[in-house]
Formats: sequence, C-alpha cells, structure tokens
Amino acid sequence: MTAKISAGNTDPMARPRFIYALRLGDDALILAQRLSEWASRAPEIEEDIALTNIALDLLGQARALLDYAGTLEGAGRDEDDLAYLRTEREFTNVHLVEQENGDFAHTIARQLFFSTYQLALYEELISSTDELLAGVAAKGVKEAAYHNDHATQWTIRLGDGTDESHRRMQAAIERLWPFTPELFESDDVDRALAAEGVGVDPSTLRSRWALSIAEVFSSATLEAPQTTWSSHGGRRGVHTEGFGYLLAEMQYLHRSYPDAKW
Amino acid sequence: MSADLQTQFDALIDADERIEPRDWMPDAYRKTLIRQIAQHAHSEIIGMQPEGNWITRAPSLKRKAILMAKVQDEAGHGLYLYGAAETLGVDRAELLDLLHTRKQKYSSIFNYPTISWADVGAIGWLVDGAAITNQVPLCRCSYGPYARAMIRICKEESFHQRQGFEILLTLSNGTPAQRGLAQDAVNRWWWPSLMMFGPPDADSPNSAQSMAWGIKRFSNDELRQKFVDMTVPQAGVLGLTLPDPELRFDEETGHHHFGEIDWTEFYQVVKGNGPCNEQRLRHRVRAHEEGAWVGEAAAAYAAKQASREGVAVA
Repeated sequence: MTAKISAGNTDPMARPRFIYALRLGDDALILAQRLSEWASRAPEIEEDIALTNIALDLLGQARALLDYAGTLEGAGRDEDDLAYLRTEREFTNVHLVEQENGDFAHTIARQLFFSTYQLALYEELISSTDELLAGVAAKGVKEAAYHNDHATQWTIRLGDGTDESHRRMQAAIERLWPFTPELFESDDVDRALAAEGVGVDPSTLRSRWALSIAEVFSSATLEAPQTTWSSHGGRRGVHTEGFGYLLAEMQYLHRSYPDAKW
Repeated sequence: MSADLQTQFDALIDADERIEPRDWMPDAYRKTLIRQIAQHAHSEIIGMQPEGNWITRAPSLKRKAILMAKVQDEAGHGLYLYGAAETLGVDRAELLDLLHTRKQKYSSIFNYPTISWADVGAIGWLVDGAAITNQVPLCRCSYGPYARAMIRICKEESFHQRQGFEILLTLSNGTPAQRGLAQDAVNRWWWPSLMMFGPPDADSPNSAQSMAWGIKRFSNDELRQKFVDMTVPQAGVLGLTLPDPELRFDEETGHHHFGEIDWTEFYQVVKGNGPCNEQRLRHRVRAHEEGAWVGEAAAAYAAKQASREGVAVA
C-alpha cells in the first residue's frame, strides 16, 4: 500500500490490520484536532463544552487505535511517533475530517456526516474478531451515538431556525457533501479484513448512512445537495491543501525538540 | 420591618450560617456578591484563552487530552458560577454584556501571553495554585450557592495545579532546552501570580466589609503569604528558581520573606494596559458576535416547536 510502512512485524496479516487501524485512528485524530480549534470560540459556553467533549472522545479513540497500529507494525513506533512524525503523505484519514471548521453550521455538517458514518461503522465493528478493534468500537459506539445526536439536533435547529441559519446550514451541507463518498470507498485491505471478520467494508454502510442523513435533512427542511464533483485520495495519503497547515500546527513543537519527552 | 430583616441577616452571619437566595440580604451584600461571582465567572471564561492557545500544538497526545479536559473544566466552572450569580437576580446574558462592554473585570493574570508550552505548566502550577489559595476559603463563604460552587471548583483546580506541576517537572528533568523553557516560564509568571491576591491590605478598601460579611475569610496579604510559603518548597522540588533575590526563609516569623511587588505594573494591567487585555476581550466579543445567529436560530426553532405542539394539542 503505502511505501513508508516498514515490515517489522512478519505476520502477513498484521500489515493490513496496521493499515486499517491507522485509517480509523487518523480519522479520529484529525477530526479531534479540528474540533479542538473551537476551544474558547464556540457560540455558547455549553457548545464549547460539547465540542471539546466530542474532540476528547475522538482523541481517546485515536490514541487507542494509533497505539495498536504501532504494535501491529512492530517497528517500535508509539502513538506520538505516529501522530507527530509522519508527513502529509503518510496520513490516511479521509478528506472530510481535515476540512476547516468554517462557521458553526459547517462544523455541525461535518460532524453529522462523520458521526453517522462512524456510528454505523462501530455498530458493525463491535463484532470484530480482533479484540482491540471490537473494544474500541464498543466504547466508541456510545460516543458516536452522542456525537450523532448532538449534530442531528443542531442540524435540525439550524435548518429549521431562522432564515439566516437555514441559509448557512444549507450552504454547509452543500460545501461538505462532495467529501462524503470517500467515506464509503473500499479497497483490498478493507475487503480482506471484512472477509476475515476483522474489519468492516465501508461500502456496506452507505445505504444506512444515506437513509439516516435523508431523515435529518427532511426534519431540518434542508435540500439534499446535487453535486457531481467529489473528493478522494485520503486513504492513499493524498490530501487537500489545508491539511499541511493542520499538521504544521499540530506537529511543530514535538518536532522542534527531537530528543525531548513530554 | 427592614430593621428586623437586617437583624436576622446579621444573626445568620454572626452564627456563620449560610445566606440562601430566598433570604433577605442587604443590597450592598447582593451587589458585592454579584460583582465578585461575575468577575470570577468571567475569569474562567477568559482564562480558557491563554491555555486553549496551546491545545492544537500540545507536544504529545496525552498532554493534548489533559489540556483539553482542563480548558473544558474552566468552561464548566464558568457555567456554575454564572448559575450562582443568577440566584442573585441577574442573568448570564446581562453579565456577559457587562464583560464585553468592559464594565466588569476578570482576573488580570489572563492578560499575560502564553508564549511557550512551559507557560501551560506555569499557569497550572502558579496561577491555579494562587487561585486555589484564594478559593479554598470561599468554600466557607456566607452565600450558600457560591460556597457550594466553590467546593466543586476547588476539587478540579487541585487536579489542574498538579498537572501544571507535572508539566514543569517533566520539562525540568528533560533536555537543557526544555529546562530552559520551564525556567523562563516561571520567571515570567511568578510576579503576576503574586499580584493575583490583589493590592496590599492597606490599599484594599472593600476588604473589611467583605470580611465582616463572611465573603472573605483572610486578607490579601495573608493569602499571598500562604501561597508563597506553599510554593517556595515546591520550586525546590522542581529544581527551578524563583525570580526574587530577596526571597528567603525568615526563622523568626516562620514565613518566607519576599521582595516588593511592582504595583505600578499591577494597576496598569488592571486598567486595561496589560499585554493581552485588548486581545482577550476582542477574542471573547468576536466569539459572542459571530455565534449570535446560532442562539437566535435555537430560539426560533424552540418557538416554532412550541407553536406546533400548541396547535397539535388544540
């Protein structure tokens, strides 16, 4: 898959699992990083707390998954090595999670799209034969359900609130809609792990996701976007331009002191 | 009638009992509490900024998680405190408006910048340490809702102070460059932390009344001394020095003697001329203004729902 993966662990099935754990971990880590940018900037104090809560849940998932990925890789990398010392091309998160926060409506739209996907994913992953992934999913499913409820309630309030909030919410779903097909792309890694009962083939989650989103749009009086363009490449390490800035900010301090422990 | 009420109030204060929201209280007592609790709540909310400044750049995922939780706690403290103030007949929106229009203050300590990661450690150790010294006696404050909010807040603050101390300990025992970051941060935060206890007793005109009302239990100088006595040995454990050549233990008094505080700087920052006064307030006002449409949408939606339910019931 990606060229940089060293073969420290000689178990042939460890490598796809490493890639898979890394993907899930990167999605959670990068979305947590984006959400944490809201601290002290949210529209209400309650929302400052809620957005930080969601970010903390995702960061917790990311740490468990990256730590596990490091173990599977067997090259001695820990969660911090994976978070702070990889370059843009080595991150495998989807484009949706790296998109800028925008206004509150954009953050909510991103959260609605992602949490609906993640909830469906974790509901399946609970039955993974991989104990650690099943454990992350068991804890994460409750968190994702809360994130999804939060995003759903706000999408409805904003969509069916004032003219201004309706306009902003509609603009947000249109802006982020092209980043949703990537959530459901599967490749050999996904399919092989799904066949083994370890992972979930994301393409199988799409119809459930679409149904749930359509219901929310309808309650929120929002029109489903009609866009033809969509964005792809995150799983292969090809990201959108804004991603480099996110990493620069996240990694600069850790990289500035290479011998340091924190 | 009013004389009777005053007598009852005085009796409660004398017996060291709690005044509750429904009890009669003198206007001046109410006003003092509103001002103090609001200022405290504002400090929590503004205080999210200097530390929030390092969340996205925290040097490890563990530190990032701890810092996020800490900043979140501060938002929570702000909420309890606004809630306590609301029991006195003001509402949060009103108080935030007073903050935004500079009619109410917040702790001046947050008008200093966090320019390195070690500042997060120094804030936890020194600023939260000073805050705890100030706040522990408030758990016995005569106004019930404030005292109860403070009990909860103090528990979390002591966790915050430990995490700050631990950040500095790790830096101090780290590479020479890390140690340098820690010492530099302590050098910059030490004196402003001492200023957190307010002006010297001789220049603190409202203190006597607050002590008589059981709102304040110790004078500014007493609390400051307590903080210095607690902190100096901790600096020794950290292996860091405090930037005061006059600092020494006085065998006679049993306390640490410390040098003269630069009160000119203190009053400048209080008046709005500190390094970050403008920035902090602008940031807060901007979050408030840019988010106003969200609150309006929530209210509009709630009104629509109520009218839809009303129609359904009819």
